Parts: sequence; C-alpha cells; structure tokens
Amino acid sequence: MSLLEVRGVMVRFGGVMAVGGVDLDAEVGQVTGLIGPNGAGKTTLFNVISGMQEPTAGQVFVSGVDITREAPHRRAKRGLARTFQRLELFSSLTVRDNVRVAAELAAVPDVDGTVDTLLDKVGLSHLAASAAGDLPTGSARLVEIARALATMPRLLLLDEPASGLDDSETERLGGLLRELAADGLGVLLVEHDMDLVMHVCDRIHVLDLGNIIAIGTPNEIQHDDAVLQAYLGTS
Amino acid sequence: MQELLTFTIIGLSTGAIYAVVASGLVVTYTTSGIFNLAHGATGMLSAFTYWQLRFDWDLPAPLALFITLFVLCPLFGIVTERFVMRGLQGTTEVVRLSVTVALFAFMIGLANWIWPNDASREAFLKFYEGNSISIGGFNVSWHRLITFGCAVVVAIILRIVLYKTRMGVAMRAVVDDRNLTELNGGRPDRVSMFAWGISASLAGLAGILLAGDQQLNIEPLVLLVINAYAAAIIGRLKSLPLTFLGAGLLGLLDAYYLMVSDESWFPQTAFGFSLSGVRSALPTIVLFIALLARPQSRLRVGTTKLREENRVPEWRTAIMGAVALVVVVVGISGMLTRSNTLLLLNGFTFAMVTLSLVPLTGYAGQMSLAPLTFAGLGAIAMSKLPGDGNLVTLVVAIAIVAIVGAIVALPALRLSGIYLALATAAFAVMVSKIVFNQRQTFQTGNITVPVLRIPFVTIDTPRARLILASVCFAILGLIVVAVRRSRLGRRLVALKDSPAAAATLGMSLTRTKLAAFAISAGIAACAGALAGDKVSPQQYEFTQSLPIVLLAVVGGVGSVAGALFGGLLLGGNSVLATIVPTVKNLTKIGPGTVGITLGRNPQGAAAQIGDSFRPLIEQPRLIAVSAAGAFGIWALDATDVISHWSFFVASVVWILAVSPNLPALTAAAPGRRVMAGAWLTVGLVIAAGVDWSTALDATGKRIILIIGLVALFGVGAQRVVENSPRVHSASPDLAGLDTNFSREDIELAEQKIGVVL
Repeated sequence: MSLLEVRGVMVRFGGVMAVGGVDLDAEVGQVTGLIGPNGAGKTTLFNVISGMQEPTAGQVFVSGVDITREAPHRRAKRGLARTFQRLELFSSLTVRDNVRVAAELAAVPDVDGTVDTLLDKVGLSHLAASAAGDLPTGSARLVEIARALATMPRLLLLDEPASGLDDSETERLGGLLRELAADGLGVLLVEHDMDLVMHVCDRIHVLDLGNIIAIGTPNEIQHDDAVLQAYLGTS
Repeated sequence: MQELLTFTIIGLSTGAIYAVVASGLVVTYTTSGIFNLAHGATGMLSAFTYWQLRFDWDLPAPLALFITLFVLCPLFGIVTERFVMRGLQGTTEVVRLSVTVALFAFMIGLANWIWPNDASREAFLKFYEGNSISIGGFNVSWHRLITFGCAVVVAIILRIVLYKTRMGVAMRAVVDDRNLTELNGGRPDRVSMFAWGISASLAGLAGILLAGDQQLNIEPLVLLVINAYAAAIIGRLKSLPLTFLGAGLLGLLDAYYLMVSDESWFPQTAFGFSLSGVRSALPTIVLFIALLARPQSRLRVGTTKLREENRVPEWRTAIMGAVALVVVVVGISGMLTRSNTLLLLNGFTFAMVTLSLVPLTGYAGQMSLAPLTFAGLGAIAMSKLPGDGNLVTLVVAIAIVAIVGAIVALPALRLSGIYLALATAAFAVMVSKIVFNQRQTFQTGNITVPVLRIPFVTIDTPRARLILASVCFAILGLIVVAVRRSRLGRRLVALKDSPAAAATLGMSLTRTKLAAFAISAGIAACAGALAGDKVSPQQYEFTQSLPIVLLAVVGGVGSVAGALFGGLLLGGNSVLATIVPTVKNLTKIGPGTVGITLGRNPQGAAAQIGDSFRPLIEQPRLIAVSAAGAFGIWALDATDVISHWSFFVASVVWILAVSPNLPALTAAAPGRRVMAGAWLTVGLVIAAGVDWSTALDATGKRIILIIGLVALFGVGAQRVVENSPRVHSASPDLAGLDTNFSREDIELAEQKIGVVL
C-alpha cells in the first residue's frame, strides 16, 4: 500500500477535461516527480489531492484511507501538506509567524524549537522577523516549504518550488528534498526545472493533456518517445 | 380567486421594481467586481430629484424623467466610477465594500440636507394618478401597469445591449477576463464606466417607481436595495434572467403573505412572540436562505494580495496607550461641559462597537455589517437579566450574546467575502424587524439599561460614566491586543491572508471564523450593555451600523487605535453640528466623504498618524521633552493662567503638531531649525494665548480651529525641516566621509547593498 494512491481521478470544467482518469502513487521516503507541459493538469491534480477541488470522478487514498470527500484541513491532519505555485504566504505575518501558525495547527510539542529548526533547515533564520509579504520570490518559496514542513507531514506536495530560485538556491532545495526523503517523508514534486527533477526524483510521472503518458525512473523518462513527443512536439 | 388575481398583480408589479434594481446591481458587480451597497441610495436620490423637478419646479413629467434618468443618473454613475471606484482595483473586498458604504452614507446625508425630513412636501404622485383599467374584473392602476411594463422594457433593452451591441460584447468580455480584454485592445475602464452609468439609471427608475408606489421617504427607498440583494443573489450575481425570476418570486411572496396574513386563521403570534414584523423582514429572510443555498465557496488561490500590513502590537505600547487614554480622559473630563461630556461618552460607546470589528474585520478579514445588532442584544440582555447591572450581569450578558452571535453566524460561515457581508446585513435587518419590535425586548419603544455597578464605586454623573467608558475601552482594547498576540490571533490573520493555505495547513476555517464572530459579538454586546441609559431599537438598526463599519475602516480597522479614532470621529461628528446650520448639514455628509477617499489610504488614518510618531518613539529623550511640554501646558491650566479650552487647543497642537516634528527638528540644519522652531512657537502661543472659550462660541468652531492650527503649523514646520538637505541621503558611498556613521546611514547602506530587506 502506497502512502498516496490516486485512482482514476477525473476533473471536468464545463466542456474541458482538465484531468482525465489519472492513477498516481507516491511512496514513503521517495521523491515522486510529476511533470508535463503547461496546462497538462498538474496543479488541478494537486488541488484534488489537497482537497481544494472536488474531482468529477475517482478517488484519493492516503495510507489506504479514502479521503476523496474530506475537507482540506482534515487531510492536513492525516499528514498532507502542500505549497502553492502562486504564492500563498500569510503576507502580513512575519516569516517566523508563518511557520509558527502551521506548527501550532499541528500541535507540535515544542513550537519554538520546531520553528527555529525549520527556518535553519531552509536557510532563512536571518529573515525570521521580516514580513512575509516583503520577501523576494525565492525566499518566499522556501518559507512556504518550511511552513508546510511545520505541520509534520508524511506527504509533502510541492508545486513548482524552484521557480524564482537562483541556481545556488535550487541546488540547496534539491539537497533539502533528498534529505527529507531520507528522513522518511514522501514528496510529490511538480516542477519545470528538469535538472532538478532528474536529479532528485526516484520516480517520475509525466502528465499531458490530463493523462499520464509515462511513468518511470529519470533515466527511463529521458528516453521515452511519448515524453519527447509531448515536450518537443516531434513525431 | 378574484383576490388571488389582485394580489398576483400587486406582487408582480412589486417584483418588477425589485427586478429593475437588482439588474443594476448585477451589471456593476459583473463588470467591476464591486457590490454596490449604495445602489438603493442612488434610487432614493433619483426619486427625490425627480420630485424636485416634477412637483416642486413643475416641469412636465417626460422632461423631468428624461433629465433624471438619462442625464443626471448616468452622469452620477460615471462620476462615481471614474473618481471613486476606479481607484479600488487591487484593494481588498473589505475596502471595496466600505467605499460603497461611504457612498451610501454620503447620499443619505445629502438627501437629508437638501430635503429635510421635517419639511412638508407636495405629494409625490403616481404616474397617471387615479387612472386604472379593468383586467378580468379587477381594477389595475396605470402606475402598476407602467411599473410592470418598465421591467419588461428593461429586460429587453439589457438583453439587446449585452448581446447585440459592441459595448455589450465588451462588457461580457470584461466579466470573463478583465486583463485579457485589456490585452486584446478592449478598454475595461470605459466599459465599467458605461456599466455604472446604466446601473445608476436603473436604480433611478426603480426609485421613482417605488416612490410612487409607497411614499417619498429616505429610509424605505434606501432599504429597497436589500430586497433587491435577494433577487441578485438568486441570480448568483451574474445571471440576469435568474435575477428577474428571483425578483418576481420575491414580489409574489410579499403580496401573498399580505393576502393570507389578513385571514382569521393566520397566527398573529408564535410562542408568545408577535409576528407583525415578519412581512417587512421577508426579503431578508429570502436573502438569508438564498445565501445559504449557495454552494460552499471554493478555496481560491491567487486572490487579491493585501496592501495593508499591521504590526503585532507590543505589550509595552498597548499598556502605555491604555493608561494614557484613561489618564487623559480623567484629566480633561473635569473641564468638559455636561453636553460635551455626553458627546465624548457617546464617542466612546461608538469606539467600543468599532473595536468589535478589529478582531473580525481587521484581523480575520471577515466583513460584518451588523455590529450594532449585537450591541442591541447586549443592551437588552443587560436590562433584562437580574442583578440590576452588576459585574456578573455584564459578564453573563456578554457571554450570552457571544454565544448567540456564534450560533447565528454558524450557518453563514461557509460563506465568504461579499456573501458573508450580505448575510450579516440580512441578519441585522431580520433582528431589528422581528426581535427588536417584541414586547419582550423593547416593550414600549425604549428600555433603560442600568449603569454598571462596581463595588465601592458610585457611578452617577456623566463624568463618572465617561471615565468608566474609557476604562472599559482600555480593558477591551488590551483584550483585543492579547487576542492578536495569541495563537488565535495568528490564525485570524492567516485566515485573512490566505484561506487556502490556512486550510491546507490544517485550520478549520469555520471554527476560526466562529471564534472571530463570537469575540466580536461579545465586544459589541459589552458596548451595548454599558449604555447605562435609555435606549431605543432605532439606535441599533442596520443603517446605523453602516457608518460604524465605515469609520472603523477609515480609522484603521487593523488596530485598537484605529477603532478609537474611528469611533470618536463618529461621536465627534455631532460636535461639529454645533456651529451653524449649514455646517451642520455638512456634517451629515462628513463620514461618507472621508470614506470615499479610502481607496487611497487603505490602512486607515490611525496608522498614518501612528507612522508620524514612530521616529519620536525611538528616542526616549524626545519622548521626555514631549511629555514635559504637555505637563507644562497642563500646569498653565491648573494654575488658571489659561482657560480650559486654551489648554485643550494648545495640548492638541503640542501633541499632534510639535511632538512628531521634534526628531526632524533636532536633525535639521541650524537655520531651518530656527525657522521651523519659530513657526511652531507662534502656533503654540496662538493656541495657548488666546482665550478660546470666549473667542469662539461653539465647540464645533473650536474643533475646526484646532484642525486648522495643527495643519497650518504642524505641516508647515514639517515642510521647512524636511527641505533641509541631508548629505548622506544622496549616496551611501558618501556616508562616513563627511560625518560619522549614524544608524540611518548604516540602514541605508545595508539596503543599497541588499544585505537586509
């Protein structure tokens, strides 16, 4: 039984099929990649998993429990946490309080200690007192990650965490993701930075036009004809 | 059968008016994203204008109609869009809604000014008064037929405009995607302007028809819009056909209720409570149900990013502020006349009600249009509960209302934004129509709320009540600060900033909103329970709540100081009315006028004033100078060298004009320092030297004088010192070469280099 099992999830917006019957698994201790061209349905799938979008059909299981109809905050209690492609920081709170709110919601025993550790982990301790709304995108993305981690998740959903990060920050992020996976966390990563994806992912799912067209290791994906076609449009 | 037909016709014609109003609401909401609470007020103003042209100046009806509906109304709509609404792109829903509240208050004030309530006016006649035709054996007045016809014509015209004309297509494009329309060469601003013009005409038409149907009075015409809210919500704020359908159903419901309520079998009471108010509350009940029937609002990402930012209040500042407030009130209360004491007391009551919006609207970003409703419930609880107003009674009253607030809010909490605001509006109207008119609540029109009884303290004079009110405000303020600093406070702010992120982190949005509503209801209830006087249900009506919401946002709803500022401003409004009648009228439009400018300063006035004091607070030496000066002025008064009023004027000038300039003064070049210092001294001498208690005869005039002095000398001195060239501000490279490094230099350098943000 996988940590996350997505079974036959379909989302239809009016006449548009955004996600058409997707199956996907994410495992404990692994970084699972989800890639695909723009408009492939990645964010919609994330919204279904985190409870922000009700699927037209299909089910989502966490550790075997069907959570398809659960409210987002209940899913968080089951160990799901996510970041957002378009940043959703609590902009009038400080960086520290952003993380603190999450830690308090998860009722971690030592809130202050947890917050300090996490800020240190993402390298933002020096910005703890700044208002989150004033941060440049790169730092803001890291705050989102620290905040999601503060809920002590078992599965972390990251929606394009590297966009807006410079090379050294991206490298650091990659290291962080590997570290988290080594600690036993399941990570589901949506990302356009192929270098990062190929380096950190254990398995990759490729989504195109709402359907999974390939699953495999980075090496397999890089040599998959269907993937090349979807990305490059060659036939 | 005959009767049924009669009432069906009545219902359809009422529904026709609702339809016309509601379609205007939908048109502006879809094209500009602003729900215009002032829509009904536009109709009211237009009805009065028509009356003026048609009946007072005796213009022929077609000409009067043309001028009103096709010249003045569109003009008004266009001006509103261009100068008020356009600046609101990218602000929060709370600010947007508040600006329409401001417009609402402005228009009511304007109507009250031009057409005073007490003046006798020639009757407002229906169209073709007295003429009727027979349909199926029943006489239908021409006015009703015309009303119905208007709705049909409006429906047809809107359909043609939206689907067949270029502008209509552009309007629908703006609805779909404003940015995309702009990129494709469309001009959303012009489209919005056009929509606001049409909308104002529709409101105007409805206002005129309704005034003929009922009577020319401000209140019912304004509240017309609430009935239209229901129809617009049934149309989900976007579908015109559904809106028309909703309006028709609403009209019929009202007519049929009227029909059956006369029958002998129809109950007049239920469980000992009178049902007399139910009819007038019907549209709001429908509104409430229509809102609740909406699907759960989806969690959206990428909603408006907020421009406002409020710091976490520090305990030290909060406690100092609370103590200073009480000390100042104790100090000046001895100098005030009885009437001014009562005015200030009134201001504090408003301030407490305004404070109730800080955790709810300021922190959690949830708009409530019903703060006074909870205050009213608090007043009732305080007067009905045993104990004759002792502390236990107060606590129980607060607890009861907080629980009631939470329970009532519960069904509405799945809503957000404008829908939640409308649900609270519906709740406010329902409570005043159905609860406040009961024998069990306000039996004879008013009740006496006992003064709070505290052991060993007698509170029997207005002065004592004023001090009590200031102490209560200070305590409530500290409680609000404690909330903000707590875990709950952080959750409230998180809820405001990003509901989506909050939910995915494990926060139950409903539970958090519930807490915010309960706290807010409790604080408002406390304000009501401390009324300590005779109160009437009119004080707690929906329309009275609107200025409070407005001034809360104007003052700065994100902070306790903002609430105090807003509340006192509202209470002080009547002080200005003491000057001369014309100015008295100006005060009617005052709150509205300040609110309309809100788009430019969404953080509120208190934050702005607070910012000007920040440099001062950082320098303990200058705080001491400031305090010493204030004490000196007080000493002059205590030794009877100057009068109470001169003391007051001089203190305000000292605190608001001189003190904030002290840091800049000390840093300025010597020449400018002397100039600015001299200028401020002149101001102080004028403020303290003239005996204002005899020089000016009305409190209002003195207030205006104070504002003038502060502006003239404070801003003047600021101009002088700020013009002084500062060597190091030009380039961080130069800092340290010609002068020693100051803290400012280091900060500037760090900023430029980018080591801090």
